[in-house]
Amino acid sequence: MINYIIKRLLALIPVIIGVALVVFLIIHLIPGDPAQTMLGERASPEALAQLRESMGLNEPLHIQFIDFFKGLLRFDLGRSIMSNNPVMAEISVRFPATLELSFFAIVFAVVVGIPAGIFAATHQNSLFDNFSMLIALIGVSMPIFWLGLMLIWLFAVNLGWLPPSSRLSVGINLEYITNILFIDSIIQMNWAALKDVLSHLILPAIALGTIPMAIIARMTRSSMLEVLKQDYIRTAYSKGLQDRVVVYKHALKNAFIPIITVVGLQFGVLLGGAVLTETIFSWPGLGKYLVDAIYARDFPVVQGGILFFAISFVFVNLLVDISYAAIDPRIEYN
Amino acid sequence: MAEEKLKEYGGNPWLEAGRRLMKSRIGVLGIVFIGILVLVAIFAPVIAPHDPLEQNILKRYQAPSSEHLLGTDEMGRDILSRIIYGSRISLQVGLFSIGIALVTGVFLGLIAGYYGGVLDMVIMRIMDIMLAFPAILLAIAIVAILGPQLRNAMLAIGVINIPRFARIIRSSTISIKESEYIAAARMMGANDFRIIFHHLLPNAMAPLIVQTTLSIATAILEAAALSFLGLGAQPPTPEWGAMLSDARSSLQRAPWVATFPGLAIIFGVLGFNLMGDGLRDALDPKMKNV
Repeated sequence: MINYIIKRLLALIPVIIGVALVVFLIIHLIPGDPAQTMLGERASPEALAQLRESMGLNEPLHIQFIDFFKGLLRFDLGRSIMSNNPVMAEISVRFPATLELSFFAIVFAVVVGIPAGIFAATHQNSLFDNFSMLIALIGVSMPIFWLGLMLIWLFAVNLGWLPPSSRLSVGINLEYITNILFIDSIIQMNWAALKDVLSHLILPAIALGTIPMAIIARMTRSSMLEVLKQDYIRTAYSKGLQDRVVVYKHALKNAFIPIITVVGLQFGVLLGGAVLTETIFSWPGLGKYLVDAIYARDFPVVQGGILFFAISFVFVNLLVDISYAAIDPRIEYN
Repeated sequence: MAEEKLKEYGGNPWLEAGRRLMKSRIGVLGIVFIGILVLVAIFAPVIAPHDPLEQNILKRYQAPSSEHLLGTDEMGRDILSRIIYGSRISLQVGLFSIGIALVTGVFLGLIAGYYGGVLDMVIMRIMDIMLAFPAILLAIAIVAILGPQLRNAMLAIGVINIPRFARIIRSSTISIKESEYIAAARMMGANDFRIIFHHLLPNAMAPLIVQTTLSIATAILEAAALSFLGLGAQPPTPEWGAMLSDARSSLQRAPWVATFPGLAIIFGVLGFNLMGDGLRDALDPKMKNV
């Protein structure tokens, strides 16, 4: 197992170099002068020269990439043009917000999607089955930014039950420790803040979690249907075991591997979706920061942000692969 | 027995697949949705009650009425007409961007699978690296650099969809190229070109068609997302995602501005998803339930 993990980690190195190269090339192969694009048409020649110098744009392309990659190894992604702060510092302030939102979104997706899928599979062709699969199909066909707008309109604007944007209401005192406000408010035993934090999380988490929820429900259903047809399930039933035991103990365990794969793959959808969800809900996370940086033509931030998203995605995929071991001892790691 | 079956199928697997598709309820529903979408796009100038770009400040934010069935937006433009014209853009995006992905992906997948070796390794590692990005983020990166335009958004969506096609066609190619009929074709003196395009490709078609249909659905969603972020279609283009972006500021005043373009997106995307599911059942019984 340890060997397998080491091997997989080593295999990540070329992928990460490749990802870094792609991001680097996208930014540096802009037709025209990157400095000009960033500063705009009316920039003075001095400002352009200074930016070129500070970003190393005068060096040959391969030297630039080597410098960029060396920086990456030291977690140095350059400086933001907007704020002149290191990009990595800006990212690490905002990433916890994205992480918190993604976590609650995936919890929503799993808590609703898996039971719905199991119930649909055990009641195949029932009204619930057809209805929930129709909902799931609409769920995967729906733009999440539209769902977000509709949620805001209904629950925030019309009913006034939940706040439409941001992470924390004005006037709530909370010290930022981890920057994951949910954890911060628990550490400080600040229950008023916890309630406020959770109320801000509900709408964006549902918006972000709906597509993964639909996909997880569909996958759970088909995976369960597959397993429930197996001989050992018939054997379990004929031993006189209760439905509940057969479904949850015998079937679910074996149906879990494709489900876990899908849950893991959905993390990529979540990261992409975070860009849209955070924009709609003015959620101060990495996704919104990235979009703002694109509008501001702050390319070091765009480059660093996309790279950060891609590398987290690569690591999550690795975690998914490794977690198979815990569930399926038959998988061999060679 | 086999002969009877052949007669029954008319000897044409495509006809048989078409027949099976028409039997699947969701497949037919998908075809109906897509059919409506295509007709609306073709006859947009005839159906649309108003000019989609005509502004009338006196009529801004009018609720749905008999004159404006779906109301008007912040510029007093008729939302129904804009949605009708928007169908042209969404179909165009779906077909054009997936066209790019299909042609490039199939080409790369075929040569990678057929020739193997270093070529295969290089192509597929590049595909792996592209798949290491969350798709929409790669599209955002490409558009951020090329500049926010509908054409660039289509190109970006095309590029991010290449790896899926390359992978599918490569794995089919690898399994098909060992078949006896390929060896027979080679013995009869067929060159690589003939083998690839006359023997390999037709036999790898089924999963490709399913993937194409489902990809058009995601492409429409991705394009709407890019336009929503201001990275795709630019105002005053009546693109569904861009219309939603405009609607954000008037959610309280005029919720219909945000509601209907979203429903239009769902309608179009659902059509292609349903047809994709139906095709999958019809063309490849093994892939059922996935």
